Amino acid sequence: MAKFKEKLNWRFGWLWFNKEKVFMKSWQKIPEQIRRLLVLMVLLIVLFLIVRSWLIPPDCGKYGHYRASAVDNIISQPLRYAGQVECGDCHEDHMEVKNAGYHKNLACEVCHGPAADHIENPDEVELLAPRGRGYCPLCHEYLPARPTGFPQIVSDSHNPMKPCIACHEPHDPKPPETPRECSACHAQIARTKSISHHVYVPCTRCHETPEEHKIRPRDFRPTKPQTREFCGGCHATQTPEIKGIPQVDLQTHGQRYVCWQCHYPHLPEAH
Amino acid sequence: MKKEQRKKLPRRDFLKNVLRSCAGLMLPGFLFAKEAGKKAAALLLDGLYNPAEHSWGMGIDINKCIGCGRCADACKKENNVPNVPFFFRTWVERYRVFENGETLIDSPNGAVNGFENLTDERTIIRSFFVPKLCNHCNNPPCVQVCPVGATFQTVDGVVLVDAEYCIGCRYCIQACPYGARFLHPETRTAEKCTFCYHRVVRGKLPACVEVCPTQARIFGELKKKASPLVRFMRMNKIRVLKPALNTEPRVYYSNLDMEVR
Amino acid sequence: MEEIIQHLAPLLKEISGYIYPNEIELHWGILVVIYPYITGLVAGAFILASLVKVFNVEEVQPTYRISLLTALAFLFVAPLPLLAHLGHPEKSYEIFLTPNTNSAMAMFGFVYAWYLMAVLLLEVWFDYRESLILWSQHETGLRKWIHKILSLFSTDISEKAIKFDKKAVKIITIIGIPSAFLLHGYVGFIFGSIKANPWWSSVLMPIVFLFSAIVSGIALIMIIYMVVTPLRGKEIDMRCLNKLASYLFYIMIIDFSLECLDFIHRIYESEESIKILAQLVSGKLFVSLVVIQLLMGMILPLGAIAIVKIFNLPDELKKLIYFLAALLVQVGIFTTRWNVVVGGQLFSKSFSGLTTYKMTFFGLEGLLMSIFLLLLPFLILYILFKILPPWDEARVTG
Repeated sequence: MAKFKEKLNWRFGWLWFNKEKVFMKSWQKIPEQIRRLLVLMVLLIVLFLIVRSWLIPPDCGKYGHYRASAVDNIISQPLRYAGQVECGDCHEDHMEVKNAGYHKNLACEVCHGPAADHIENPDEVELLAPRGRGYCPLCHEYLPARPTGFPQIVSDSHNPMKPCIACHEPHDPKPPETPRECSACHAQIARTKSISHHVYVPCTRCHETPEEHKIRPRDFRPTKPQTREFCGGCHATQTPEIKGIPQVDLQTHGQRYVCWQCHYPHLPEAH
Repeated sequence: MKKEQRKKLPRRDFLKNVLRSCAGLMLPGFLFAKEAGKKAAALLLDGLYNPAEHSWGMGIDINKCIGCGRCADACKKENNVPNVPFFFRTWVERYRVFENGETLIDSPNGAVNGFENLTDERTIIRSFFVPKLCNHCNNPPCVQVCPVGATFQTVDGVVLVDAEYCIGCRYCIQACPYGARFLHPETRTAEKCTFCYHRVVRGKLPACVEVCPTQARIFGELKKKASPLVRFMRMNKIRVLKPALNTEPRVYYSNLDMEVR
Repeated sequence: MEEIIQHLAPLLKEISGYIYPNEIELHWGILVVIYPYITGLVAGAFILASLVKVFNVEEVQPTYRISLLTALAFLFVAPLPLLAHLGHPEKSYEIFLTPNTNSAMAMFGFVYAWYLMAVLLLEVWFDYRESLILWSQHETGLRKWIHKILSLFSTDISEKAIKFDKKAVKIITIIGIPSAFLLHGYVGFIFGSIKANPWWSSVLMPIVFLFSAIVSGIALIMIIYMVVTPLRGKEIDMRCLNKLASYLFYIMIIDFSLECLDFIHRIYESEESIKILAQLVSGKLFVSLVVIQLLMGMILPLGAIAIVKIFNLPDELKKLIYFLAALLVQVGIFTTRWNVVVGGQLFSKSFSGLTTYKMTFFGLEGLLMSIFLLLLPFLILYILFKILPPWDEARVTG
């Protein structure tokens, strides 16, 4: 310690011990008012630094300009949805049925609600499933904004008053009978067509539809007319005129296009 | 040569020790703090989850969204978001474009209760649903403006809010171009979608993705080859919301319409 | 929580078009309107004070110390509305602990501390030091000690020391002008840098803020000078008042031109947001923007001062017109802040809908609090006038 003090004096002693007293002298040279301000300023800065070092969050700046422990707070949040995999551990039977049907991509918790508590405590926390007519239409009620091909119904006219589960097993919701009509899924098109001049033209007149389409709609797609002559069967001037059906000369009218590239056959314009 | 080097090392160590003990005397808070920090960040550090190995993002296929709103509902339940129509971490919008070019947008209660069919005499030319959530921007304006560092982007790309540190100035809410943030009415701090970070670090999907019946939401890695998200981005033409603002979102939309903002 | 829901529920019906569901709650209310208004007054008053020291404008010398003290009084209050609007005022110190250097708002800590400590307090201290020493020599009791402490127990009133004080004041003022620009320019930048909001996002925002700040500062000093002087039983110096009015007039013309430029630029560029902004300006903001801010707060006072300048009116009438014009300017600048802050949140960032702001009366963010915060600086100013009399006759005799 004594050695250290000696060393310190040797290094910095000239500030206050030497005969010239350089430090004190130069301090005295500063105008009085500045000296007072300097003391006040140094006091304030030191105070600020002490308070700052005392208050600053310890783990700030570990990964970036934030408290590292904030991430721990966030991930300590309890889970409410357990995830599909967990359900299969106990409900193998339901799972097997579901995974073979149309609802194979639907998580159990969509209908049965968040299940984390139930898994934790299966006897006390019971999960319910909606049994009325209210829930299924969230997905299956007809809405123009829904993608075409998604199975939709209009609940007002679809077996009114009957709960959905009376006819459909939700784990394997294939319709009691394969849909006879295209409108079961293509409600938007059916609606549009119903107010058009083509109302009496059946879908199958223009679309050849493989039977499998009704079961695996995206894998087996219906056809579309590929030639101009197909529409020309009714609408070409060469064919015998039927009253009210507009006819055009296929030779001159829109040569490079198949008819449905301009005209929407489900709602052909009147003019 | 070797001897000199050996001599140097202890001296350097000594200096380090002196500096450390000086610092320790003057600012005792610092040392304790570092220890506390280590303890706090346990789960991440124990090797259960290494953020550096991941890079998260979400894809949204507009053509697949059926507007059931199960995502918005599940999000509220999973994250205890107040069940009132003013606060949403995610929501679904419905767009209806009419023949005269007019566009009507709605999102009743954020689609938590789904959508009802609205009768309108006019002919709809196109109509679709758009799920919205925090875009977890790579260039996040909310993080830029937070005065205290209470919102930040993690190494794996998720933008989070430190509710304990947030002072509730709401500058981040103003800076978010997507309206993804809100002030939690009870905690009075900013809140938003976390990509369900508490689920993701445990290897689970975000609640909204978990319950989506049609796989319209695709969550996954952006930088791994075998990732549903990477496949989605390979197979589709992709757009982000408000690209002109250069926020570089990590939420990617396919088949996005020009009317969507 | 119930309270907030009750407050928000009726707003659902006020929405026109579509807004993002999180936008129903409007986040920056009247308090954030008051904040830039008050900061503007600080910057404006200081810049007026600096005219005397830096540009040697002799005429406005009577208002020099008033301006300094006004700036100080308002600067003390400036952070309060910000503090009151926070969700967690008790955590506000974090802005000094871990300021995010990327955040315009975090710079508040530095700019405010710099302006208060390094500029205003220092300039007031150097300007008052001699007076403080002289006063404390003649006084007794509490006043003596207050003045002694305020002078930091300084005693040196030699000619050399006084000369040094004067030099210091001049240097601080020269540093102070850019600092005042910084103080309010940065408040403009807080809004101007938000690219998500087209109503705010503009490079002109800091400059428009700055000039409207100078306008409001000069007008405020006019009001205070015209109210305080008769109360003290003294004559109003018409030379000073005319000069103040001239400065007000010229700066208002610059401010008006800048605002017009901003407006024309927006219309001419006609970006994505133009339709919703047009809806906003012609609808929800029409009264406050066109009628109050533009007609009452800008064109009317400009015309009034122009009339005074053109025609040789009697002094009494001049005073009345100046006073009314200055009051109108205050109303105008306050609505300017309102139209920026609240106006910028009335339209949805989806650009397809408008919402409404409903002010509460009680509560931390209510009208009552706002009125209190607007009156508080005047109370502080009254106390400052008592402790540090700014009048010329107090300067020498003490």
